[in-house]
Amino acid sequence: MASSIPASAPAEALALPVDARASRGARRTRALALSGAAFVLLLVLVAIAAPWLSPQDPIRQSLRGRLAGPTLEGADGRAHPLGTDHLGRDVLSRVLYGSRVSLVVGFAAVVVGGLVGATLGLVAGFRGGMTDAAIMTVADAQLAFPFILLAIGIIAVLGPSFPTLVLVIGLSGWVSYARILRAQVLALRSREFIDAIRGLGGSVLRIVLRHVLPNVLSSLVVVATLELGRAIVLEATLSFLGLGIQPPTPSWGGMIQEGREYLDSAWWISTFPGLVLMATSLVVSRTGDWLRDLLDPTLRGE
Amino acid sequence: MRGLLPFLGHRVFRALIALWLVSTVVFVVMRLSGDPVPLLLPPDAPRSEIFRVRAELGLDRPLPVQYAVFLGNALRGDFGRSIHFRQPAARVVVEYLPATLELGLAAFALALVVAVPIGMLSAVRRNSLLDHASMGLALVGQSAPTFFLGILFILVVSLQLGLLPTSGRDGWRNLILPALTLGAFAMASIARLTRSAMLEVLRADYIRTARAKGLSEALVVAKHTLKNAAVPIVTITGLQFGSLLGGAVVTETVFSWPGIGRLAIQSIYNRDYPVVQCTVFLSAVLFIAINFAIDLLYGVLDPRVRAG
Repeated sequence: MASSIPASAPAEALALPVDARASRGARRTRALALSGAAFVLLLVLVAIAAPWLSPQDPIRQSLRGRLAGPTLEGADGRAHPLGTDHLGRDVLSRVLYGSRVSLVVGFAAVVVGGLVGATLGLVAGFRGGMTDAAIMTVADAQLAFPFILLAIGIIAVLGPSFPTLVLVIGLSGWVSYARILRAQVLALRSREFIDAIRGLGGSVLRIVLRHVLPNVLSSLVVVATLELGRAIVLEATLSFLGLGIQPPTPSWGGMIQEGREYLDSAWWISTFPGLVLMATSLVVSRTGDWLRDLLDPTLRGE
Repeated sequence: MRGLLPFLGHRVFRALIALWLVSTVVFVVMRLSGDPVPLLLPPDAPRSEIFRVRAELGLDRPLPVQYAVFLGNALRGDFGRSIHFRQPAARVVVEYLPATLELGLAAFALALVVAVPIGMLSAVRRNSLLDHASMGLALVGQSAPTFFLGILFILVVSLQLGLLPTSGRDGWRNLILPALTLGAFAMASIARLTRSAMLEVLRADYIRTARAKGLSEALVVAKHTLKNAAVPIVTITGLQFGSLLGGAVVTETVFSWPGIGRLAIQSIYNRDYPVVQCTVFLSAVLFIAINFAIDLLYGVLDPRVRAG
């Protein structure tokens, strides 16, 4: 990772007063977190503007222009800055359109996982007893198993479709949200003012909205960001295995799969979507780390 | 403080629950997927023949009975006959298992051999070029999708440089790229954790004492630091080994490695339920057994965890 700190930094840093050092670190983290968030925003804009940004129709085939390397003037008389695939489709346009699948599935999966996880976490926290034990046992069991194997099995059986994909990827990530909300509810339950609210007839919903959620909002933002990165990679992996978004809709994982057979003759088909996927995954997960350092240092080390 | 036995009992209980849940999900999912019998018979098979095969496979019985039979048989390692291979599913899976274990162990060994020294060096030479470079690489390794990493290795190392084969399993040369692909995530995680565990210990008072006594830096690092940094390293290492099994599905598919991960994917396409069930069940057993062994090791290494 490129770092702006010169090699002599430790000696200098030691000489500074403690709070000055801390604020310098915090300023840097804030800048990094903001730039990460800007990247995600940019990706969203690209996905929305894909029809205007793309030089060509992403599913228009051209037999004459098949397997053309990156060129500004292809055999079909068009520019293909990232080349064309085995059906003569423009790789750049497909990469731009592919961001739509990644982001829509990613965000939808985060929402599904968040809603399910938050609900189960709240139920476990408020009900306690057997309900709590059952929910947390299922959570442990799910973590105790390579989920991708189950995901593959479930999708293979139900058939690859957008709702199945979102559901499976979303459900694979509910545990973290549930743990955060459950812990917060448990921490609040022992406080007297909660008893007082309930005694005065305040509803559970009110307690959740006014006292639980505000306390865990920053933790939820951090977890949701990390989950977004995970969901995007999982979607690409499933599409790569043929279990995700089906052709001809362009998705990064699907493009990497299609280019696999042409690696020795047309490397660009797999490489460009792969590099974009890798960069997205790296920046989103780093953004999660930076947000964590910034908003919620206690989550560190989990 | 709790003793080792209650700690173990609790862990065994949790492992069994996890196993039961996984096998139940496997059963439900496989039963949702429709009737495998038409796949087994020619399209013009008479109805009597269809009923005979359904009865033979036990598919004509009520679901709860099928479930009970499934659980009972699973406990005895009997998952029925493979529809595709026409022999016991367990035998098929056991045949493919050594390739996966070989790949997993190689990936794991590679990850450890590379990651621990790099993590240590990065901690000792903190903020050096080596530290920044290797930790930057580790961040990439942790977030890179396994399947694309494999594709990149094939593209650069096999096709452009012509150094190693792209697929198959007939010698150590075939093993390197899949092992590197599968081990990349573990390598990155172990390197980062080793570094932070070492840094933590290097700050401790007893290290300052050791230095003050005039011990050489090499001795301080080797004897005092590494030993105390070992506990978190062992833990993350164990967790990583377990998750390698999940990555094996993708890695084996990319490199056409004949292990149980690729077998699982192919069996899904063949609708070969018994083999899929057996693979998932066996992976779960392996995964849980490994985590259990790590917990055990952790409990022995650091008595404090037994209390938590």
